[in-house]
Amino acid sequence: MHGRRRPRPCEARYAHSWMIRASIASLTMRGASGVAGKTLYDKVWDAHAVAERDDGMTLLYIDRHLLHEVTSPQAFEGLELAGRQPWRLDANLATPDHNLPTTNRAAGIGGIVDEIARTQVIALDDNCRRFGIRQFEMTDPRQGIVHVVGPEQGATLPGMTIVCGDSHTSTHGAFAALAQGIGTSDVEHVLATQCLAQRKAGNMRVTATGRLARGVTSKDLILAIIRHIGTAGATGHTIEFAGSAVRALSMEARMTLCNMSIEAGGRAGMVAVDDTTIEYLRGRPFAPSGEMLGEAEAHWRGLVSDPDAEFDRAAELDASSLSPQVSWGTSPELVLGIDEAVPSPEAFDEPARRELCERALAYMDLVPGTPIRDVALDRVFIGSCTNARIEDLRAAATVVKGRRVASSIREALVVPGSGLVKRQAEAEGLDAVFREAGFEWRDAGCSMCLAMNDDRLYPGERCASTSNRNFEGRQGHLGRTHLVSPAMAAAAAVNGRFADVREYL
Amino acid sequence: MQAFDTHTGLVVPLDRANVDTDQIIPKQFLKSIRRTGFGDNLFDAWRFRDEGDMTKTANEREINRDFVLNEPRYQGASVLVTRTNFGCGSSREHAVWALLEYGFRCIIAPSFADIFSGNSLQNGLLLVTLPDEVVGQLIERAQTVPEFSLTVDLPKQTIAGDGFAASFDIEPERKRLLAEGLDEIAQTLRYADAIRAFEEAHRHRMPWVFDET
Repeated sequence: MHGRRRPRPCEARYAHSWMIRASIASLTMRGASGVAGKTLYDKVWDAHAVAERDDGMTLLYIDRHLLHEVTSPQAFEGLELAGRQPWRLDANLATPDHNLPTTNRAAGIGGIVDEIARTQVIALDDNCRRFGIRQFEMTDPRQGIVHVVGPEQGATLPGMTIVCGDSHTSTHGAFAALAQGIGTSDVEHVLATQCLAQRKAGNMRVTATGRLARGVTSKDLILAIIRHIGTAGATGHTIEFAGSAVRALSMEARMTLCNMSIEAGGRAGMVAVDDTTIEYLRGRPFAPSGEMLGEAEAHWRGLVSDPDAEFDRAAELDASSLSPQVSWGTSPELVLGIDEAVPSPEAFDEPARRELCERALAYMDLVPGTPIRDVALDRVFIGSCTNARIEDLRAAATVVKGRRVASSIREALVVPGSGLVKRQAEAEGLDAVFREAGFEWRDAGCSMCLAMNDDRLYPGERCASTSNRNFEGRQGHLGRTHLVSPAMAAAAAVNGRFADVREYL
Repeated sequence: MQAFDTHTGLVVPLDRANVDTDQIIPKQFLKSIRRTGFGDNLFDAWRFRDEGDMTKTANEREINRDFVLNEPRYQGASVLVTRTNFGCGSSREHAVWALLEYGFRCIIAPSFADIFSGNSLQNGLLLVTLPDEVVGQLIERAQTVPEFSLTVDLPKQTIAGDGFAASFDIEPERKRLLAEGLDEIAQTLRYADAIRAFEEAHRHRMPWVFDET
């Protein structure tokens, strides 16, 4: 909402191979006409700007609205109280995910022991039926984490505007869609008007050159990016992830990257369309086919930033030099390479960051100077909208195969991102690999990423987690979260402590 | 939504950066299907020593006397002064509902997260952005001056109290929405014809985003 387009100096925190450029001038190669080209964000924004309201807010037309049980009930209630109807039913797609239990799915709603959670799931069912909104209900094999389901179904398409009452909606930006998390009032606003009233954000480009090494994933890349630009590094901006390292990523890996844009402060993150994008979409249920696919593809190919586009902020890194990353603190910017040690507060220049470090050390019960490899774990969680797709499960299974979860680990969970991911993994025998190693194999949902269901840490427990937030209490009251990639979580499970996954491949 | 004009209230300092929405209202309280009932659980993990859930009432809880909001001198505070990037993390609007229900009308910080900022606007919670050093002075005063109160004047864009005075910037459209307490949906529906016309053209440009079945 603070997103005027103006050049703004970045926080000058130079480290490793990072280069944060402070001025717009160094970034812009103006065309002969003197008018700069458009960014990908500019293009999608312009194609959806309906009108400017007389209060200066732009009405942005929304192509796809995803709903789940936690942030929608008050919006439906608001519609009802005002006697309003949804503007366009076919734009909406709902599925419960946040507080579903990950066991005993076949029992349906009756299997939800938590009465209050059950009420929310029933409310979503009722609201969808009453208003005529398409839902994948909890026992539908297509149910799953809403940000896994959208792309899997082809309900997420390039150039779309997508919203959902969940901050990790940024995930869908991997498809060159403008995808943003919204609050419940905006859920109601989109239901009623098919528009979001918004000010345009700034443009930020994050370029990853080179290529990620074997065993280093897009999760490591995004953790490294947040470490260096900070959790407010992209506030007020839409990020475009660019560069050879990003182009080499699969769609699922790009989703992981865009998913955590919000942890860098960016409400949306995007990746330009290329062959990888278009190949992924072929044959998906909601995606166009036949003649319309040809028409759509021609349009989608244009969803790239012009060579002379202007960015208000930029950051660049050499991805080749990255090692697997592990978060050590209670903010996603407190991250280490696997060969590094827990820092001391003196390592930070600004008083606010020193204080953050002190609080994090105390909460995480860590001593400065401890190599992160020496940190022992109680639990391992492989799941969430960040890392619960089939490629994530394959990467973890590759490490786990033929090994056992360390006896010191109390519980190791694998929670697939959707019923269809689960089915695919079972067809490939991955469930057997995990089970034989001592992992639990669960049903789809958000699970221990935010611990609204029964999957949670007990006070003081330490978890290697493939999720996205390591905030205090996020995975359970007084629980301690370390964010890692699926392969790193698998290596930690078999080792009992953090390990360099490259030694397990 | 409650319109905002001027407000005078006791100031409480929360001297922390990056306060995320998981701290403002922890996830176990998001299971409600209503907009009310969140105030008792604002900053739950900091205000109480035991783990709360939706069935426990405030008088069954173990209060953390060390947390600033629990100090007797800050009871009844309605202005929160805090550090940078307040409201980061989850998009849960419950965070704003909890702050309002607890009694806050205005939050002052060097910066706010984007989604939180939008949610605040929708609910009449005024966010005042001031430079780091000014916020530092306010935090110090709130810590040292007994009963330190501020008058927040939205029309004049000023805050003042106990010899302290500052002015703040706010985008005109945000100011107007807050000052008039407008229903955003009603505002947008005034453009219903424009939305319909756009939609028709959009259907021709990008027919694949519409499900015609």
